[in-house]
Amino acid sequence: MTILYAIFVDPFVQMAGAPDLLVQALWDGLVSGVLYALIALGFVLIFKASGVFNFAQGIMVVFAALTLVGLHEKGVPAFLALALTVAVMFVLAVGVERVVLRPLVNQPDIILFIATFGLTYFLIGFGELIFGGNPKAMITDQLFLPRGVVDVPMLGGMVSFQKIDIAAAIIASLMVAGLAVFFQNTRIGRALRAVADSHKAALSVGISLNQIWVIVWFAAGLVALAAGIMWGARSEVSFALEIIALKALPVLVLGGLTSVPGAIIGGLIIGVGEKLGEFYWGPLVGGGIESWLAYFIALAVLLVRPQGLFGEKIIERI
Amino acid sequence: MLYRETGQFKTTYAADMAVFPLRQDRIGLAVILAAALTLPFVAGEYMLSAVMIPLLIFALATIGLNLLVGYTGLLSLGTAGFMGVGAYACYKLTTFFPDVNIVVWILVSGFFSAGVGALFGLPSLRIKGFYLAVATLAAQFFLQWCFTRIPWLYNNNISGAIEVPGRTLFGEFVTGPNASAEMRYLVVLAVVALLTWIASNLVHGRIGRSWMAVRDMDIAAELIGIRLLPTKLLAFAVSSFYCGVAGALMVFLWYGSAEPEVFSINQSFLILFMVIIGGLGSLIGSFFGAALIYVLPIALKAVPPLFGLSIAAATVEHMTFMIVGALIIGFLIAEPHGLARLWQTGKQKLRTWPFPY
Amino acid sequence: MNGPGPNETAMRKAEPRAERADGAPSAPPGRSTGEVLLAVENVSLRFGGVKAISDVSFDIRKGEVRAIIGPNGAGKTSMLNVINGFYHPQDGRITFKGETRSKMRPSVAAAQGIARTFQNVALFKGMTTLDNIMTGRALKMRRGFFWQLWRHGPAMAEEVEHRKFVEEIIDFLDIEAVRKVPVGKLPYGLQKRVELGRALAMEPELLLLDEPMAGMNLEEKEDMCRFILDVNNEFGTTVALIEHDMGVVMDLSDRVVVLEYGRKIADGTPDEVKRDQKVIDAYLGVAH
Repeated sequence: MTILYAIFVDPFVQMAGAPDLLVQALWDGLVSGVLYALIALGFVLIFKASGVFNFAQGIMVVFAALTLVGLHEKGVPAFLALALTVAVMFVLAVGVERVVLRPLVNQPDIILFIATFGLTYFLIGFGELIFGGNPKAMITDQLFLPRGVVDVPMLGGMVSFQKIDIAAAIIASLMVAGLAVFFQNTRIGRALRAVADSHKAALSVGISLNQIWVIVWFAAGLVALAAGIMWGARSEVSFALEIIALKALPVLVLGGLTSVPGAIIGGLIIGVGEKLGEFYWGPLVGGGIESWLAYFIALAVLLVRPQGLFGEKIIERI
Repeated sequence: MLYRETGQFKTTYAADMAVFPLRQDRIGLAVILAAALTLPFVAGEYMLSAVMIPLLIFALATIGLNLLVGYTGLLSLGTAGFMGVGAYACYKLTTFFPDVNIVVWILVSGFFSAGVGALFGLPSLRIKGFYLAVATLAAQFFLQWCFTRIPWLYNNNISGAIEVPGRTLFGEFVTGPNASAEMRYLVVLAVVALLTWIASNLVHGRIGRSWMAVRDMDIAAELIGIRLLPTKLLAFAVSSFYCGVAGALMVFLWYGSAEPEVFSINQSFLILFMVIIGGLGSLIGSFFGAALIYVLPIALKAVPPLFGLSIAAATVEHMTFMIVGALIIGFLIAEPHGLARLWQTGKQKLRTWPFPY
Repeated sequence: MNGPGPNETAMRKAEPRAERADGAPSAPPGRSTGEVLLAVENVSLRFGGVKAISDVSFDIRKGEVRAIIGPNGAGKTSMLNVINGFYHPQDGRITFKGETRSKMRPSVAAAQGIARTFQNVALFKGMTTLDNIMTGRALKMRRGFFWQLWRHGPAMAEEVEHRKFVEEIIDFLDIEAVRKVPVGKLPYGLQKRVELGRALAMEPELLLLDEPMAGMNLEEKEDMCRFILDVNNEFGTTVALIEHDMGVVMDLSDRVVVLEYGRKIADGTPDEVKRDQKVIDAYLGVAH
């Protein structure tokens, strides 16, 4: 009985009793949700255009951030480092297309998926070899990103908003909007959607697959860079972020692999869900449930809707 | 010239269906087993405990994962979690019943792992491919969380780690600080050989065929009467059994103590890589894959000094990551069936040598 | 469509069938006992808003060769999928061997003796010919998991026993030479043959063939026709097939059901169907 009370009643009593804490938890969850969504967005871009489930997207986030900070550490001015990092992401996109995608075209999806595991390991090794394995601080000030806290009295308490979080939410929203416009209204966007539907049909009307792949991987790289800067500013930059980047996977399957709105809403659900879960239910089992709650939320949704919330229902044909 | 089937006629179906239909292969296997048995008398302590024991244990885990990924086509990223279940189950069992032989508990702990594996395999009926891979991450992170947060599992040790007690077999220590490398090696060898033989029996019979049928075309398999859920759950259970036993062996006969970090997601990846490089759907490939990936960092450490180069430990680690990543991509491009296929091709060449036409 | 093909005489081997051509069209076919093996009644199947099958009824009699024809997208394959339980219809009943169900389940269909080949070959590509056909014996093999761990003794005896049966099928289909070749490496015509072998290994009472001759050359078609007739004659297996080659359909089948846009538009002997105005309209188009 006490257990049932502790699970089903007490957390809600706490929520109602201290609404300011609830708002704080919601906000924290939303911000991490936005960042998960940003990582998941990179996955969706690549999956839509090349059918590759890019496991390395999470590592690309860390790799981009590490390159930026690492270059600055080696004495490159902040904005030049930023430009160079963009260039590195472009080189990476070209390299991936040449070395991984082109030779593996027409292989089963699962082979390409596993190939991105290889890419993940390669990037980890490469990044650490060049920039070292120690955690680094993000160059927040040099990039003129805001720092500090805004405290807002609310609901009989105080809710604090990190300025960087607000900036992250704004930048992420802008990127999502920009990508949506790009997909819907440009020639390349149309070509991307065509490639997503059918490689062969797209080829037959004269769309260059190789070019499209470079473009999406580069776009995914830019999204990764933005996500990396935000995450880096919130904690620090090292490949330990990999675990956080993996959280984008449940976000992705929750939203459906091909849906941009799905990635965003999935991100928010997971972000808020795990914060509330950790804050109100975590103490019941000793805490730390953030490490697996996201996967269980995704699993529960998948059991009901195997194609995810926004994915298209697959009718199997034989 | 010596390696061909000419003159070896099969007069029964049983002979034709043997795992090693060629006499030369059977002789080769006998030689390898004999060599493995004599190794403790010739090899040193380092060779046994730092190379052979880990290699065999990884091979066992790789076989386990290969049964699931390579034979049944279900991608799992929860391997390390299932290994951990085996290790912790064995630890609890030998704590409660210290008088029962430890080898028995190592094998029994596999059943705990099999149960947990089957439980996390349940979603596989509804979800496949990437989705299933993500679902198995739930197992990985949840199990690792259990190993950290449930003090009962590690007997409330302040260190949060398992400390392996000394246990004996035939009056000799096999676990704990007093166990000799020879004794540990022989036990590992026996367990791995037995389980490899059983895996070979399974995959060559009815069950292996139904696994492969599910892998290659699950719809057709269902329509010829193979029930998908029991077949997939059996694959999860058997695979997890192997991983669980490998986990127990790893902690009890290799590390001697273990923190939850041993069963982290990176361990899962490492074993998946062994499966891929060794060859999906190949038992012998599992040994090759485990050997290549496990020996790689050791070789990286050992080889450059021979040429007078010095290489920092951290650099070795980073280079291992890079090389493993590149190897994965390289193998997928050049030989998606892994080292096992290279081995097959080699044998085929040898069979027709010196007149290939 | 274009009348009996040039290969007509080569295929026309079963004697009763030849006699029937000039006899009364409504007379029961030679080898059919007239007993109904499978009946579908008022079956409708929808995918979202798309109607694949609407209100179709027909039956298959024991021992006959029943053809399902119709233009592309008429719902033929969906019909087979309903019969062996891969699709579940929203309305209607399926009666097989006297048991009436609102929907089949794949496991039930397989256990009751319905086997199937597929339009796009659905073999287990990574396995050898032998293993593919052995897999067809899955339901007949009884030795459980613990016997399988120890592959000698009873489990091996069982394997050998089923291997003998499978070798007979391999012999029947004339594919001894590719016994140990992975099926992914076989040419298309042989793959179709192996697929038939896998279905036969189930010792089915009802064999569903989805375009068994699609994409084959003349010689391969003739071979396949011979196999189908032999299966029907020698083992007494009831056959339902979808086929686009009208020459083959008219020669092989005892009765034909014609679907168009998910509806049944004709049902009867080949001759009746050939003369049916609706069928002619469906195939040749009709002036409006």
